[in-house]
Amino acid sequence: MSAPIIKIDGISKSFGTFKVLDGLSMQVMPREKLALIGPSGSGKTTILRILMTLERIDSGHIQIDGEQLYHMERNGQLLPADERHLARMRQKIGMVFQLFNLFPHKSVIDNVTLAPILTKGMPRAAAEKRAMELLDMVGMADKAKAMPAQLSGGQKQRVAIARALALQPRIMLFDEVTSALDPELVEEVLNVLWRLCSETDMTMLLVTHEMGFAHDFADRVLFFDRGKIVEEGKPDEIFRNPKQERTQGFLKKIIAAGHRV
Amino acid sequence: MTQWSGYFGLILQGALVTIELTLMGSVLALIMAFLAGLGRLSRFFAVRALATAYIEFFRGTSIFVQLFWAYFVLPFIGISLTPLQAGVLALGLNVGAYGAEVVRGAIQSIGREQYEACIAVNLGRWQSMRHVILPQALLVMLPTFGNNAIELLKATAVVSLISLTDLTFQAQVVRSQTGNTMVPFTTILVIYFGLALIISWGVRSLERRMARGLDGVRV
Ligand SMILES: Nc1ncnc2c1ncn2[C@@H]1O[C@H](COP(=O)(O)OP(=O)(O)O)[C@@H](O)[C@H]1O
Ligand SMILES: [Mg+2]
Repeated sequence: MSAPIIKIDGISKSFGTFKVLDGLSMQVMPREKLALIGPSGSGKTTILRILMTLERIDSGHIQIDGEQLYHMERNGQLLPADERHLARMRQKIGMVFQLFNLFPHKSVIDNVTLAPILTKGMPRAAAEKRAMELLDMVGMADKAKAMPAQLSGGQKQRVAIARALALQPRIMLFDEVTSALDPELVEEVLNVLWRLCSETDMTMLLVTHEMGFAHDFADRVLFFDRGKIVEEGKPDEIFRNPKQERTQGFLKKIIAAGHRV
Repeated sequence: MTQWSGYFGLILQGALVTIELTLMGSVLALIMAFLAGLGRLSRFFAVRALATAYIEFFRGTSIFVQLFWAYFVLPFIGISLTPLQAGVLALGLNVGAYGAEVVRGAIQSIGREQYEACIAVNLGRWQSMRHVILPQALLVMLPTFGNNAIELLKATAVVSLISLTDLTFQAQVVRSQTGNTMVPFTTILVIYFGLALIISWGVRSLERRMARGLDGVRV
């Protein structure tokens, strides 16, 4: 039994007076593939953003790989994390966004090599070689010289995945990475996710409305509502035999909206 | 019959001074614009306050007074500037104050998702600014920078008041020596306009080059 790679302990987060997360706790094991599902506004994105340090927590603790994310241990005391601590912790985590967030002024390959060159001091040639391998893996090697604006949504998202992988994070966060895509482009991105799922030992957290994919992808599914984990379990349990009324209602709605399960 | 060729020579010399002043003033303005524009966005209150004070002061007082102050008042505190130095200083600081707001606005126009992408790939604050935000913001700044440079060119005429021999000064010399007003002033009118056109063209072609690929059409 190994230690969890992510340990969330009673975290709370408010936007103004609106409390999105209220004492949430959860754990993720190394190499685990987790699917986070739930209605819009239930706080799934907020959780990923907090893990990526794009959003601060109001209270509680998060440990990544045994180390505090938002606190530094100094002489037995817990101090708020400074930029250096955050930068070091961010090395372990990568994120792919719903709207890709590529750098529009950089070519595909430069999008992928920028961070390894700047943050890891990788020589350009080595960074480009590695980038080409990753672009090949996501099926974008032939577009290495293209600019993002020339790509379809599915292509952009595959480049964004390669960009995140280039830093070799141990944890990858995917926030509705197919939601902004035309239906015919969803498959190509899911195929890439599937390869990552089956061929790497990264820990992966996937927020998605693609229930069929979540079922195949995940070791464990968490159903969120109003910032709380209402139900969690193996994909088969959650999708075939949900116990909570709210989970049942949500899945019914999703199926009615045309998503396959 | 007036010997016009000699007088045109004078005006050409004036044109060189005006060009020199415009170039040097623009370089100083650009430096000040980035310093103060980035300063306005600093994490540190003192830096923000300093940048704001500079911008408000130089936008709120006239370029004439600034120039006279640089040339006639600074010597009292032991700093004597040549007319050219005083001109570059006043023009650069004045136009730089306007440019600073352009820099700040352009940086703030870059979407939050770009900053977040930078954090997600673990770039530091300065790395994000240097490699992701500024290159995109520069494109937003360019057209207004072009306008500012033309404003600076036009404002160089004020340095004739501290007897720097720029275009306007030389036109006045020619006028007083020949008694003819129309020829020298029409000539410099055309030259000023020509210089402004060159700046416009320059900025526009720079803009085209930098925008290449961003719209997904040209590469
Ligand atoms: N920056 C923000 N400012 C104010 N409210 C926010 C912000 N981000 C998220 N919220 C609110 O927090 C709640 C949870 O949002 P989110 O985490 O995006 O949910 P989900 O991803 O499950 O749809 C929503 O009600 C949303 O409106
Ligand atoms: Mg969301």
